[in-house]
Amino acid sequence: MFPEQLNVPLGKWVNRFVDWLVVNYGDAFEAFADSLLTILVWLEQILRGTPWWIVVIAVAIIGFHASRNWKIAAGLAIAMVTIGSLGLWDKAMQTLALMIVATSLSVIIGVPVGIAMAMSNRLRAVMLPILDTMQTMPSFVYLIPALMLFGLGKVPAILATVIYAAPPVIRLTDLGIRLVDPEVLEASRSFGASRKQILWKVQLPLALPNIMAGINQTTMMSISMVVIASMIGARGLGEQVLMGIQRLDVGAGMEAGIAIVLLAVVFDRIGQAYGKRSHRSHKAEGKS
Amino acid sequence: MTDKIVVKDLYKVFGDRPDQAMQMINDGIDKAEIFDKTGQTVGVCGASFTVRQGEIFVVMGLSGSGKSTLVRLLNRLIEPTSGQVLYDGTDIAAMNDEELRELRRRDMSMVFQSFALMPHMSVVENAAFGLELAGVAENERHERALNALDQVGLKAQANSYPDELSGGMQQRVGLARALANDPSVMLMDEAFSALDPLIRTEMQDELLTLQREHKRTIIFISHDLDEAMRIGDRIAIMEGGIVVQVGTPEEILNNPANDYVKSFFRGVDVSTILTAKDIVVKRQVTVIEREGVGLKTALNRLRNEDREYGYIVGDKLDFHGIISVDSVDQAIKSGADKLSAAFLPDIEAVSHDTQLSDLIGTVAHTPCGVPVVNENGKYLGVINRANLLATLDREGDGANG
Repeated sequence: MFPEQLNVPLGKWVNRFVDWLVVNYGDAFEAFADSLLTILVWLEQILRGTPWWIVVIAVAIIGFHASRNWKIAAGLAIAMVTIGSLGLWDKAMQTLALMIVATSLSVIIGVPVGIAMAMSNRLRAVMLPILDTMQTMPSFVYLIPALMLFGLGKVPAILATVIYAAPPVIRLTDLGIRLVDPEVLEASRSFGASRKQILWKVQLPLALPNIMAGINQTTMMSISMVVIASMIGARGLGEQVLMGIQRLDVGAGMEAGIAIVLLAVVFDRIGQAYGKRSHRSHKAEGKS
Repeated sequence: MTDKIVVKDLYKVFGDRPDQAMQMINDGIDKAEIFDKTGQTVGVCGASFTVRQGEIFVVMGLSGSGKSTLVRLLNRLIEPTSGQVLYDGTDIAAMNDEELRELRRRDMSMVFQSFALMPHMSVVENAAFGLELAGVAENERHERALNALDQVGLKAQANSYPDELSGGMQQRVGLARALANDPSVMLMDEAFSALDPLIRTEMQDELLTLQREHKRTIIFISHDLDEAMRIGDRIAIMEGGIVVQVGTPEEILNNPANDYVKSFFRGVDVSTILTAKDIVVKRQVTVIEREGVGLKTALNRLRNEDREYGYIVGDKLDFHGIISVDSVDQAIKSGADKLSAAFLPDIEAVSHDTQLSDLIGTVAHTPCGVPVVNENGKYLGVINRANLLATLDREGDGANG
């Protein structure tokens, strides 16, 4: 037996800290939650209010714009129609809205953090273990304090998703910038580039393929969070999976599962196509 | 010529405690010992030299001799540990960031061994890169970039991307990028070393052509002696971070400062570097052709000097012809009295800038020393078999010694 005297009451400390946060900053958290919720609800209403065929066409157009390939565009449209034919259109739109907000938030936070990490080795040394923790810590552990701070529903679902999904875009932004050929950077300096010019004209454009790959991964990970997020009250396809489990309705669970996979495929194909285009944008433009 | 760049006592120590290393340098401790004791690497050690306006100044040395570090100290891509770099009298080492950026944007551009082009930009965008950084408006920089591309013969590829071009073409883009902001100084770090020999020679010619049109000051880093000899007006030779000798190619070739410098020339074909004027000798009998100087006078001079051949020049030292004791005898017997009647047939003077390699045949087939003239036809002296062979043997000499 491990001697009891050496036990550290970490759990108690964390409880006390969260209590303190709730008591002192509850209002601030609520205000933040409200603004996030406003955006999410607005987006959800637009997606659910738009006729299904317009959404399908929009997905096809975006798919074509990304890939310049009508077969891929048609495939994506068929995937969307399949989701609808499973009777899950409305729930899929709820999930879509949640994902778009979570992914955007991840990118808005992740890209600047990744840039900062690439610039500073010290920050990188601090951030890497934090990112590891974010990705490996079981999500239920931070769902509970998120619940306490923001209450049940969509906002803690988004935050839990961001915590889980932001690391890839942070890591790949950092990696992309670090992979830029040092000789190209030296050449930029030799022609009198300032740090800002180097970042905007050289590092970011050259890191773009990696950043796009990071965004793609972030999107995929946020889709995989929808089931877990549904446990704290997020609506959508995850809710349907959860219901299938609770009622032992294997069929309903399977339908929702297939819909999630199809949604993931749609996002992945679009994201990858844009990633490829950012890699060799001139080639794609040359062909079109 | 005015001094464009003056380097004074320039040092670069790589490591976290340069002061300590500098102290040891001042105490006369050598590089290897400093590294053993402190872990500090002395990259450039007390370099001092002057680059003149409009010349191609080649810095030569083996890899690790500090030449690439040296060139980066000039535009401060690497910060000097101590010393001065004066550009038109202003100390670059003391400039603030803003002044330094201005200098790099306007006055001093650089060409890299690895080309270092921006892969995400088209050829014309690459050429315009320096101008873009300097904030030149898009139309103007496009035009100036196209103009620079035109100078290196790449205008047709303006909209290609670097990875669609061959190595030689990519380096032309690198050259155009450096030319676009019309700098007065160009730093070229082993600019042609990554190219295959044929393209390399072509690029060297290109550079020399450009240099004829606009006299820029070029500092060219190279490890290739043939290249240095070919394009350099003056050469600095570096060894272990120290500039061991600065001089014209001929000066260095004729008076190498030490064995290291000499060793460079061991593999070099002297006959392609030296020209007729470098080995011409004057100790010959020359006869100035004028009124009153006839065949008999000439014959007397040859006999007095105990020489077989005589060189006839005009009063402005312009070369006329060669006579021999026999040809003068015959001319006198046949009743002629002009010197030209005794000229040996089929002997032509060679130009002073003829390479030795092109002279070997002529010298071998000419019974007497071959006369050398400058571009105005002025007689400079002769090259005979003995001095040509002695010069060509220099290489063997170095290998034995």
